[in-house]
Amino acid sequence: MHVDKVKHDFEPKIVALVCTWCTYAGADLAGTSRMQYPPNVRVVKFPCTGRIDPVFILRAFQKGADGVLVSGCHPGDCHYMAGNFHARRRFAAFRKLLEFVGVDLSRLQFSWVSAAEGGKWVEMVTELTERVRQLGPLTEFRELELAEQWSGSTLTTPELKEAYQAI
Amino acid sequence: MSRIGVFVCHCGENISRTVDVEKVAAEVGRLFGVAYTCDYKYMCSDPGQNLLKKAVAEHKLEGIVVAACSPRMHEKTFRNAAKAAGVNPFLCEMANIREHCSWVHEDRDEATAKAIDIVGMMVERVKRNKKLQPITVPVTKKALVIGGGIAGIQTALDIADSGHQVVLVEREPSIGGHMAQLSETFPTLDCSQCIMTPKMVDVVNHPNITLHTYAEIEAVDGYIGNFQVKVRKKARSVDMAKCTGCGICMAKCPQKKIPNSFDKNLGFRPAIYVPFPQAVPNTPVIDRENCTYFKTGKCGVCQKVCGPGAVDYTQEDEIVVEQVGAVVVATGFQLYDIGPKPAGSPIEGYGEFGYGTIPDVIDGLTFERLASASGPTGGKIQRPSDGTEPKSVVFVQCVGSRAREKGISYCSKICCMYTAKHTMLYKHKVHDGQAYVFFMDARTPGKGYDEFWRRSIEEEEAVYIRGMVSRLYQKGDKIVVMGSDVHVGVQVEIEADLVVLATAVQPREGADTLAQKLGISYDKYHFYSEAHAKLRPVECATAGIYLAGACQGPKDIPDTVAQASAAAAKVMTLFSRNELEREPIVAKVNERFCVGCLACRKVCPYGAVEEKEIRDRSGNLIKVVAYVNPGVCGGCGTCQATCPSKSVELDGYTDEQIMAMIEAL
Ligand SMILES: Cc1cc2nc3c(=O)[nH]c(=O)nc-3n(C[C@H](O)[C@H](O)[C@H](O)COP(=O)(O)OP(=O)(O)OC[C@H]3O[C@@H](n4cnc5c(N)ncnc54)[C@H](O)[C@@H]3O)c2cc1C
Ligand code: SF4
Ligand code: SF4
Repeated sequence: MHVDKVKHDFEPKIVALVCTWCTYAGADLAGTSRMQYPPNVRVVKFPCTGRIDPVFILRAFQKGADGVLVSGCHPGDCHYMAGNFHARRRFAAFRKLLEFVGVDLSRLQFSWVSAAEGGKWVEMVTELTERVRQLGPLTEFRELELAEQWSGSTLTTPELKEAYQAI
Repeated sequence: MSRIGVFVCHCGENISRTVDVEKVAAEVGRLFGVAYTCDYKYMCSDPGQNLLKKAVAEHKLEGIVVAACSPRMHEKTFRNAAKAAGVNPFLCEMANIREHCSWVHEDRDEATAKAIDIVGMMVERVKRNKKLQPITVPVTKKALVIGGGIAGIQTALDIADSGHQVVLVEREPSIGGHMAQLSETFPTLDCSQCIMTPKMVDVVNHPNITLHTYAEIEAVDGYIGNFQVKVRKKARSVDMAKCTGCGICMAKCPQKKIPNSFDKNLGFRPAIYVPFPQAVPNTPVIDRENCTYFKTGKCGVCQKVCGPGAVDYTQEDEIVVEQVGAVVVATGFQLYDIGPKPAGSPIEGYGEFGYGTIPDVIDGLTFERLASASGPTGGKIQRPSDGTEPKSVVFVQCVGSRAREKGISYCSKICCMYTAKHTMLYKHKVHDGQAYVFFMDARTPGKGYDEFWRRSIEEEEAVYIRGMVSRLYQKGDKIVVMGSDVHVGVQVEIEADLVVLATAVQPREGADTLAQKLGISYDKYHFYSEAHAKLRPVECATAGIYLAGACQGPKDIPDTVAQASAAAAKVMTLFSRNELEREPIVAKVNERFCVGCLACRKVCPYGAVEEKEIRDRSGNLIKVVAYVNPGVCGGCGTCQATCPSKSVELDGYTDEQIMAMIEAL
């Protein structure tokens, strides 16, 4: 497959949190089948989607991800029997929270990609990249983090100031 | 840890064609903690691995990142190389810059930038990796086989012949399962009893097999290599050690008219009985529900006539505890009860077929008993209602099978073949009879199967009608079968003397309860699930538990026996080692932080989380915390993501490691 090169102003960062057994293997299959997709995605491998703490998603957004993909085995296919069911329930609740915080939910994609679905992996990554490209960069979380770092210099008490300068 | 070596592989040209490997090596070399980088054409080759070992020695490397292909391909290779170089294998990680990068991107700059990111993430991870030691667990070289049908018998004999101890637990008073009920068997038409009973005798006589019949699994604890099983041996009311099997008690028992379920209620048995004359063990049991002595306190005939004094009315259930290293589940199947819809059942009945109300509508197993030389009619095909020889018999296939609207959508696999067999058995015994078969599809994909099926049509002149039966009703002493012939497009009506329904193969009732005791999973029909449909067909997802026979899905005897031997081979492989080594990816509880809410226990798919009491020196209870049994833990990490106090941590996937990767973005 040949993808025509288009220059974009904005290249989003996509973080994919995936399970070893299904989606990681699915992404491997996309590779061995030489399917082409946008290079924006960085993969973090977990034993099971059951291991994925929602905090990781928040952290990824904070550290510069513009979109996050969480993907594991299809329901019923979990290598650990039920880990992905727990993940599904957890993320159903987490999405509400994220919406409440004000993140556009289309930046976060959950899906099931099995080891046999290289094509689905490609589709998923391509779609999410395109979608997030339209949305533009996610800045709120990064600003928050910058503010956190800044709090170092807005020290008020003289003792703290002294301690800070001593470092 | 700060001395990390990064080894970037060209993979011939597979990586270097799109990724500038030298640039990757140079860029990551700048990362804090990276003490050495290099690139090489084939890292996985012998010289490549030697290069790695040499670099470890020369640069005193403490951690290794190999940027190459997928860890699914070569993680083992490089971890072994690391180990050989004196680095703990779990301090070696692979950065996948081939499947996830060079192969899926074309632009060299973009791919190179991505590769640098991928390697950078892994470098950050490795800095936080801990030295892990493989976990070893001892193996108890004794197997438990649940179910004494042909599957269980074959597995038990195979394992026992390899010199290991086997405990075989069968719920019924005798082993044999359904195969003992069959007359002749497809595709060779040899007598089921003749090939089955010698194997049954081998089981009781085998020095390595402990047989518990009339027994149930009460509880299963433990994990691969170390299961503890409680078996309830139901009271037989006959002392097995004393009984000689003479059978005088059965002959003298005044209760003679108890329907014999082994014969599908076509015959009768006494209250003290063996299910069939060739039963193994040949020790009777008293069916306490129907025994006069147990009902009224009067009688006691069997005790009086029993020479060796084996009858013991005071016997009680006994619990035996067995230590085993592996479990094979071989609990088989049952036939779909095709009567009117049973109350509370999600599965629709076939009230319209008159099963249970018209006596001459029977199921396949009943026909087997009619055709069996050791059956209630001595092998004569007779109608249950009046004992006459049926001159026309209608067989209906796919009753309940492949019927989504009835709640069972799968194919029962064996009915096409056993119906063909039935038409032959019938024709061999009733030469002037006519067999009709209503079928939807003929599925005969076994060795010699299609030829067998054709014989039924070509030699035995069975009339096959493609179409479903819509209704059956009694008319005088005939049964009118109304159906359609979709080939010709006409309605057919046949007046039959006997109707045989090939009903769906279903899991045993209570299959789910047993699965819960064992911690194994089952599909929506309650057939047990194998770990992988294609590549691990006899193992359960729970380590150390294996499947054999029809409990996993409909199967004929050849398939059952093949799977049974495969399960036995898996057990023997396990028993060939004294200790098991497994990946140390297990969860650990930080007891200082754990608040004992045990939320982790609720989500653990393996039941690996236990309670642990923390006491001070004088033995006072301080608190209860969670404890993860490393032998049972599967390593999914669901507990960690669930723990509200963040006190469980999965080795190899700690929060620190993951966060480091995310932060390296
Ligand atoms: C009408 C009919 C005709 C057939 N004809 C043929 C044929 O001609 N050729 C052929 O190849 N196949 C034939 N089959 C298929 C054959 O019967 C099966 O392939 C075979 O019996 C499967 O063996 P199994 O050991 O898996 O199960 P089963 O025979 O069902 O044995 C299971 C055993 O486990 C025991 N058990 C169940 N639950 C528990 C528990 N919880 N604890 C302890 N024990 C338990 C049961 O009591 C039973 O003894 C026929 C089937 C039917 C219905
Ligand atoms: S006590 Fe009587 S009824 Fe019961 S098994 Fe013995 S002989 Fe039969
Ligand atoms: S009479 Fe006694 S010894 Fe003989 S079969 Fe019956 S129980 Fe066994």
